[in-house]
Order: sequence, then structure tokens, then C-alpha cells
Amino acid sequence: MSPSHTDKTYERELKDLRERLLAMGGRVEAQLASAVKAVVERDPELASRVKKSDSDVNRLEVEIDDACRRLLALRQPAASDLRFIATALKIVVDLERMGDLAVNVAERAIDLCQAPSLGPVHDLESLAGMAQMQLKHALDAFVEGDVEKAREVMETDGFLDALYLKIFNDMLTRMMEDSRAIRRATSLMFAAKHLERFGDHCTNVAEMVVYMVRGTDVRHPRSRQLKST
Amino acid sequence: MDAPANKISVQGLKAWFGKNEVIHGASLDIPDRSVLAIIGPSGCGKSTFLRCLNRMHELTPGAGSSGKMLLDDRDLYAASVDPVELRRRVGMVFQRPNPFPTMSIARNVSAGLRLNRVPGDHAEVVERCLRQAALWDEVKDRLDAPATGLSGGQQQRLCIARALAVEPEVLLMDEPASALDPIATAKVEDLIHELKQRYTIVIVTHNMQQAARVSDRTAFFYLGELVESGPTEKIFTNPSEQRTEDYVTGKFG
Repeated sequence: MSPSHTDKTYERELKDLRERLLAMGGRVEAQLASAVKAVVERDPELASRVKKSDSDVNRLEVEIDDACRRLLALRQPAASDLRFIATALKIVVDLERMGDLAVNVAERAIDLCQAPSLGPVHDLESLAGMAQMQLKHALDAFVEGDVEKAREVMETDGFLDALYLKIFNDMLTRMMEDSRAIRRATSLMFAAKHLERFGDHCTNVAEMVVYMVRGTDVRHPRSRQLKST
Repeated sequence: MDAPANKISVQGLKAWFGKNEVIHGASLDIPDRSVLAIIGPSGCGKSTFLRCLNRMHELTPGAGSSGKMLLDDRDLYAASVDPVELRRRVGMVFQRPNPFPTMSIARNVSAGLRLNRVPGDHAEVVERCLRQAALWDEVKDRLDAPATGLSGGQQQRLCIARALAVEPEVLLMDEPASALDPIATAKVEDLIHELKQRYTIVIVTHNMQQAARVSDRTAFFYLGELVESGPTEKIFTNPSEQRTEDYVTGKFG
């Protein structure tokens, strides 16, 4: 571990920023867990609570943005500090969006509770479990500055995409078999889409972790290849 | 023929005061018409490095240096090199503005020419250099007024104009803005951007943001060692050496 900053106040401000990001990540994790639980257990009250808790995540986003701007203006951060703050400014947007997606899943839960169950939703549960794990690993990679873990997150995203596609096709089949299931199957399809998007934002966080640690931008490798040729 | 890509090339420079070695073997290339900033804590050897570039270091009793220093691929320390002539080609601006107190603004600028017995009234040179130093508009109506009547920032730009009058190729600046207020500092920094179109500039500064603002390349010295040099953007966003990282993020001591 590198030594701490000579200016103890600055050191504390950076530490505080890191802790707020983690707190925000923790809130989003809990939001998603509750939203999925609300779908599986058909619990509209729990879903409503998820919707209400979104304001906490939004408030944290504003606070973190503000802290980053203050650090940039007052401290003129350089090198790894600069990369950390640049990363914070970007991943806070992803985290806020993930919170919104958890709310979207909760809204589907409320909608699904209006009609009888279509049966167990094992695949959706699996997808939600993977999305939660992706966020956990992305946040761990961020805290530990672990590029390997970040790369695992990026590589795992394909599994979420594949499972989403499977749910999409299953729901399509359900709709073709029974038109009365269309509304519920569509809701489940949307919920799955939200979870898949949730995973994409985890990938964004992981990519920023690689930038934060290595100083190299690993996003959009194909567009970069095109530019260089 | 093209000018050499590197205006200055330093290879294995060691410098000392008596028995005390203060630079322990530094190698560094400075591209033509670029700005190199040298950063590092007090006593790291950065000013000594600068003073080796125009052979001012050896003027201190007991001071000396070894290694190769090339200007346009020619050895600065070759027996055939006249140090006085070298200092005309490699000009220097110091931390505190030091205009000649008994001379007018115009005569301060032309002092080097008169010293070198260049004939004429030098009015054209005075105007050109004051314009290049971004001072002309502020002093054109009082060229015969004493230089000491100028503000600190104006005096520093006058010293830059004076250094330019003898048509140097390289400009060394030792903390040129540390005694100036932010507006005068911004003027000097803006001037540096202008001057690098024609000159190769080496600037020593304690102000890391200033180094980041004005330079193309940055060299970090620590305890007489050249720890790292490279493009300024890299040094301040993603340095290679842990000690550079610690210094630019403020983790020393």
C-alpha cells in the first residue's frame, strides 16, 4: 500500500469519497435484492419500499458529484488520485442508473401481483443472483484495486446476456401458447431486460476500475482498432 | 537541413559542490522548441541541473560536473567552447526579477547588446523583445523611465525581454513566477507558450500545477537522482515510478 497524503485533510476527503461510493453501492445491492424478492415472493409492499428508497441513492449521487467537483477545484489531484476521482464521477452515474433499474424491477413486481402467478421464475432468480454478484465483484475490484477481478466481471457479462436471451425466448413461447399470459410474460421479460442492463452497468464499473488502477482505457476495443487502422 | 530533433542531450551528468555530489548521473533529452519542466523538492538538484546547462554551476568555487551535455550535438564542455558565448545562446531568467536598477526600461533590454558592443541604437531590438515578452503595450510610452518603477510581474517580463535581446536558442527559467501574483504568473505562462514556437525552454518550478500547465515534458528529480522524465500528461495522470506518483499526489514526508 502506498503511503498516505502529507495533507491529512486531503487524505480524509478521499477516504470519505470512497466510503460514500461504497455506501451507495451497498444501497443499490440491497435495492436489487429486495426488488427481485418482491417478484419471487409476490410482495407489492416490499416493491413499494424499493421505490421509496431510490431517493437515498439519488441523494448520494448528488453528494458524491459535489465532493468530486470540490476535490478537483480545491486539490488539483494528480496521477492515481486524479484517476480515482475521474472513476468516481463516472461510476456514480452507473450506480444511480442501477438503482433506477432495481426500481423498474420493483414496478414489474407490483404489476405482476395484479394477476395470478405464471409459475416459478427460476431463471429470473438466477439472472438476478448473477447481477447481484457482478455488482459485488465490481465493487470489490474497486475497493481493492483488483484488475483481475474487474476483468472477471467483464468476462462474466456474456452469461447474463445469454440467460436474458433464454428468458426472452421462453416468455415469447408462453405468449404464443396463451394470449392471457401476454401481460405477465411481458412484465417478466422487461424485468429480465432490466437485470441484463444492470449487468452492463457492472461492466462499466469494472472497466473504470481497470482505468483507475492501470491508467489504460479498456472500453470499446473494436472502435479503437478501427480508428488506428 | 533539419535542426536536430533534440536541442539538448544530457548523458550521465554528475555535479558536485566540493565533496558533496548533488546530481548522481542524470540522462535526459530535450526536444527542440519544447518546454521541459523540472520538478522536485528543495535540494533535489533541479536548479543545479539547470545551471549546468549554461555552465553557471562551475562559477561557484569548488563546484564541478562530469558527463556529457550536448547542445545541437556539440559538447558544451569542449575546450573550444567559450562559456560567455554559450551563455548568450543559453539565456537565463531568475526567480527574483533583477533588472539593472540604474538603467531605463529600454537600456535594460539592450544591455546585452551594448555589452557585446553591437553598434546602433537598438530601438528595433528593444521593441521586438518587449513585444515578444508581452510587455510592449504597457511600457511603450515610458521606455526611458527607470526599470525599477515597474511592477514585479512587469520587471520579470522585462528580464525575459532582456534575455531575448541577445537572440538565445535556449531559455532557462529558475522559478520565474514564484515571486509574482496570479495575474502576472498567468502572463508569464502565456508568454512561455508563445516563446516555445522559437526557443527551447527549461523551467524549474516548485509549483506542480505550473509545470503541468506550461510544459510538454516533465522531469522529476529526487535526492540528486532523475527519477523519471516523460510527457507531462503522463507524469501527472499515470507516472511509471512510485516515487513520482507519491510526489505528484502529495505523499512525501
